[in-house]
Amino acid sequence: MTQGIPLNFFLIISTLMFFIGIFGFLTRRNLITMLMSIELILNAVNINFVVFNKYLYPQQLHGLFFSLIIIAVAAAEAAVAIAIIINIYRNFKSIDVDNVDEMKY
Amino acid sequence: MNILTLFVVIPVLTVIAILFSKDMKQTRLISAIGMGIQLILAGILVYSYLGMRKAGITDEFLFYFDALWFKTLNIHYTIGVDGISVAMIALTSIVVFAGVFASWTVETLHKEFFISLIVLASGVFGFFISLDLFTMFLFYEIAVIPMYLLIGIWGSGPKEYSAMKLTLMLMAGSALLFVAILGIYFYSAPAGGQLTFNLLEIAKNKIPIEMQRFLFPFAFIGFGILGALFPFHTWSPDGHASAPTAVSMLHAGVLMKLGGYGAFRVALYLLPEAAHEQAWIFLILTGISVVYGAFGAIAQKDLKYINAYSSVSHCGLVLFALLMLNQAAMNGAIIQMISHGLMTALFFALIGMIYGRTHTRIVSEMGGLMKIMPFLGVCWVIAGMASLGLPGLSGFVAEMTIFIGSFQHTDTFHRFMTILATTSIVVTAVYILRVVGALLLGPVKNDHFLELEDAKWYERLSTVTLILSIAAIGIAPLWLSDMIGFSLAPMVDKINSVTASIAGIF
Amino acid sequence: MVNYAYTLLIPLIPLAVFLFLGLTGHKYKPIVSGIIGTLGLGIGAILSYATAISYFFVNHVDGTKLESIKAFEIPWLHITENLTISLGSLIDPISVMMLVVITTVSLMVHIYSIGYMKGEKGYHRFFAFLSLFTFSMLGLVMATNIFQMYIFWELVGLSSYLLIGFYYTKPSAVAASKKAFIVTRFADLGFLIGILMLSFFTQTFDFQTLTNPNGPAIANNYGTGFMGLSLITWALLFIFMGGAGKSAMFPLHIWLPDAMEGPTPVSALIHAATMVVAGVYLVARLFPVYALTGGDALHVVAWVGGFSSLFAAVIACTQTDIKRVLAYSTMSQIGYMMLALGVSGYGGHDGLGFMAANFHLFTHAMFKALLFLGAGAVIHAVHSNEMGDMGGLRKYLPITHITFLIACLTIAGVPPFSGFWSKDEILVAAWHHDKVLFIIEFLVAGLTAFYMFRLYYNIFWNKDTHYHHTPHESPLVMTIPLMILAFGAVVSGFLPFHKMVTSDGMAIESHIDFAVAIPSVLIGLIGIAVATVMYRKPGSLPDKIAGTFKNFYKWAYHKFYMDEVYLFVTKKIIFRYISAPLAWFDRHVVDASMNGIANTVDATSKSVRGFQSGRIQQYGYVFVVGAILLVLLFIYIF
Repeated sequence: MTQGIPLNFFLIISTLMFFIGIFGFLTRRNLITMLMSIELILNAVNINFVVFNKYLYPQQLHGLFFSLIIIAVAAAEAAVAIAIIINIYRNFKSIDVDNVDEMKY
Repeated sequence: MNILTLFVVIPVLTVIAILFSKDMKQTRLISAIGMGIQLILAGILVYSYLGMRKAGITDEFLFYFDALWFKTLNIHYTIGVDGISVAMIALTSIVVFAGVFASWTVETLHKEFFISLIVLASGVFGFFISLDLFTMFLFYEIAVIPMYLLIGIWGSGPKEYSAMKLTLMLMAGSALLFVAILGIYFYSAPAGGQLTFNLLEIAKNKIPIEMQRFLFPFAFIGFGILGALFPFHTWSPDGHASAPTAVSMLHAGVLMKLGGYGAFRVALYLLPEAAHEQAWIFLILTGISVVYGAFGAIAQKDLKYINAYSSVSHCGLVLFALLMLNQAAMNGAIIQMISHGLMTALFFALIGMIYGRTHTRIVSEMGGLMKIMPFLGVCWVIAGMASLGLPGLSGFVAEMTIFIGSFQHTDTFHRFMTILATTSIVVTAVYILRVVGALLLGPVKNDHFLELEDAKWYERLSTVTLILSIAAIGIAPLWLSDMIGFSLAPMVDKINSVTASIAGIF
Repeated sequence: MVNYAYTLLIPLIPLAVFLFLGLTGHKYKPIVSGIIGTLGLGIGAILSYATAISYFFVNHVDGTKLESIKAFEIPWLHITENLTISLGSLIDPISVMMLVVITTVSLMVHIYSIGYMKGEKGYHRFFAFLSLFTFSMLGLVMATNIFQMYIFWELVGLSSYLLIGFYYTKPSAVAASKKAFIVTRFADLGFLIGILMLSFFTQTFDFQTLTNPNGPAIANNYGTGFMGLSLITWALLFIFMGGAGKSAMFPLHIWLPDAMEGPTPVSALIHAATMVVAGVYLVARLFPVYALTGGDALHVVAWVGGFSSLFAAVIACTQTDIKRVLAYSTMSQIGYMMLALGVSGYGGHDGLGFMAANFHLFTHAMFKALLFLGAGAVIHAVHSNEMGDMGGLRKYLPITHITFLIACLTIAGVPPFSGFWSKDEILVAAWHHDKVLFIIEFLVAGLTAFYMFRLYYNIFWNKDTHYHHTPHESPLVMTIPLMILAFGAVVSGFLPFHKMVTSDGMAIESHIDFAVAIPSVLIGLIGIAVATVMYRKPGSLPDKIAGTFKNFYKWAYHKFYMDEVYLFVTKKIIFRYISAPLAWFDRHVVDASMNGIANTVDATSKSVRGFQSGRIQQYGYVFVVGAILLVLLFIYIF
């Protein structure tokens, strides 16, 4: 099914996703958006893992396992991050990163 | 376990016990018990040390113990004591014991306070028992760091500023010191031999004279900063003025002595040729310290500043006498360290107690306190008399040993400097009596003072402990002087065995 | 050889009394402390008399040398191989004489104080301090070595400080005690430097070694050291500076008049009879060294003593506070003693001055203590120190009056009272040595008689002052010491001092030299006569005479402005131009340079801390840009 689609297309998609994620992470001040950007970056990596696995070593499953692990870690990370964000919101009534500077000298 | 290791272990155990204490009363009780044990232990140490000497054991260091700690760099945990360190340990335990009782009413963050205090004490004890330069340095740092917290959190006045200043200057000192220690380490053995931090091993090896010339200022100034060497003494007035009572006591009483002790053990003992060559420079600086500190004290208005400047003068005398490089003067220097440690601790304790009542430390705002609190007044007069060198109290013994010893120097320059230093006894009398007159005597200036109470039992315990020690040294100095002198003799011989090659400036 | 180790008890008993009263005195009734103190001293006095009798009479064969005996000695502190400070007791003629003087006067003062201090706050404290003083003073005179002497010298200074400032709520007393301590401390610095120099050259502190004519101090040849004087002379001059400070010699005398702020018995004991003669004792103790090493130092001693005695006598004529008159008179009489030492030589008849100085010290202690205690009784009766508030008191205070008169006659040098004998010896010694000094002392003898009788008439005769409370004679406990001392003042002149206290321990011949004695008695009588004319009855004559010498009178009245000079030097120069600038320098230069270093570091770090903004996104941005640049770099390279 995927035979007709060249590898490059997938790579272009994942590269775009990656840089969109980076861009979002660097420019957004909203913590939720930043978290979403990180998810984008992770997913871009996932795509790469899956695609390379399929195209280079179709008999093996290492790439799939890696993406599974990343998904699990991302889920955990999202849970922790959202918990932190909720706490920050409770304390600061805002989730703008620039407001969270209590620890700064 | 080696009795010396106990001196480090007991404070650690005390700290752990404090962690589990429930309230302030428990905390201070535990601290008092811990430091009480420490005091008893120090008594046992002095007693068994003298016993061993009497039995004819002539090793330089007793209770020697050595354990490899870090193999690659050949760092050891080497401990041992001679008469000098025994005396310093006894001093420390007395001052710490008195310090705990002087801070009997610290309420804010009491656990943290006592923990820091005792950690500081353990660092000091560790320093005095160490014979390995690296371990010594380590304990030195342990002693310096809690000071920052103690002043910064529990201090008064511009405490953050003072804490920062004190720590930075002492750290600058340790930086210099570390250079010196490493320098010594890399020349600690003949070419190809195993490098070592062990003082006794290093002393056997002759460090090249060029290297000594380079390292001596680092070592001496490094320790000198702690000993309030002019012009690096300015942390002392600010730091002492801001520090809480017990910390001032410990700092002026004990920590400043690390400077003199270290200067002797490391700078003079390990780098004797350079010491002979460069002594005159530092002799001038310390001579300035002595007179300058005393004159500076006259013009001060705050009790703690007065005492801080007086400490500059007295500690200057310690370094001054060490640089005379002869047995009698150095003996006096060590006695002066002990004497000054005790009397300045007493002074700071009394200042704290008076401040706790009057809420002012400005001399001109007080007056007539002798009538209101006779006990504290009498203690103050005794402390003052010790400070101005009255016979029968420890200050006299120390100063006279120093002056006579220094004057035995055959060199006119040294004798001239001695006479310069002796003038400080008059200036000291002026500021001490000025304070006694303005603070204790005369009419009561402030009617609120009439309601103040005299010392409580814990304050009495604290001051009486110190006064008894001061008087004991002052009345019967012979045993102390001989104990120190016995250990000092071989070291002085070693320092002076190299004079032949030295062509002094004068 | 007799064992005199028991003399150790003489100072130790007062020490025990001091500790006992100081620690527990406040628990008992006041009178108990007085009795304990007096009893302790009584035992000490008996022991001293026993020592004196045994030493001078029982165990001494006429015509032999009076040996100096080291009765007891323990090492106190080893300093170098040769120099050890010891504590002990030395028994020789002058120390035994001083033991008698101190314990006698101190005992009298103790008894007197039981009455005088009645009702004062701090009664036990007073007796504790008196005991401390007695202990220190006894330790001083019994010193076996110069350093022990220095130790007790300082302790004596302390007790003097404590006792002058006894009324510590009174600012003037506080100031006076401080002044006394600091001035004598300054002098002690000289003493200390002198000891340092002496011990450096001789390698000993021990008096017996030092004063041995063949010992290292005297036999060494020092040559010319500094400014034309040998180094040993310098050492001796420094030591004399210490003595001059304690003995209130010009120009270190300024503390003595102020010291009269203390209770009167204290003035009698410390500032008249015992402590202030410590300087004389010091020179006497080291006398062989002074006399046998060129004698340059002795010239200074003689002239300082001579000048001080004249200076003080002139001031004494103008003062109106009776205790101050006595203070200046003390200074003048000590000047006599110093002069006598200064004109003396060592051994044989040359040593007449030495004998005379100690003789005068002894008689002076008796009559001056008597004068002070008498003045105390007067002050007790009229509650004032000022002559203007007194007058006609002979009717109210008969015993005080008679004893005071005896004391005045004694000090004026009227035979056969003791003052005549001792003063005569001094004048003879001065006559043989230096005529100028003799003339000075001769004048002073006249002035002394004048101002003492001025004092006497102003108190007991002159106008009939009307008192609020009728003055009444003091209780027996106060008058008995007066009578005993009066007895001492009369008879002590007949003691055979020339056989007892001489420079080399050998008896010398003593006889009255009429060529000196008759004029000196005459000038004393003239002084008395002038005072009688001027002050016996109230009149305007004194004011007229004062008006004639207006400027001189004013200068003398203001003590030649010595206090002002000192105040100028200390307050204006030392405090303002040394101490305060130093403190400023410390804060604004030394400390500022330290802070400057810190500030430089601080400024540097502030300028670079922008890099550490704390914004994750900024870091990320830099990271990404950096990564991209690196990638581009690699692409470019490969």
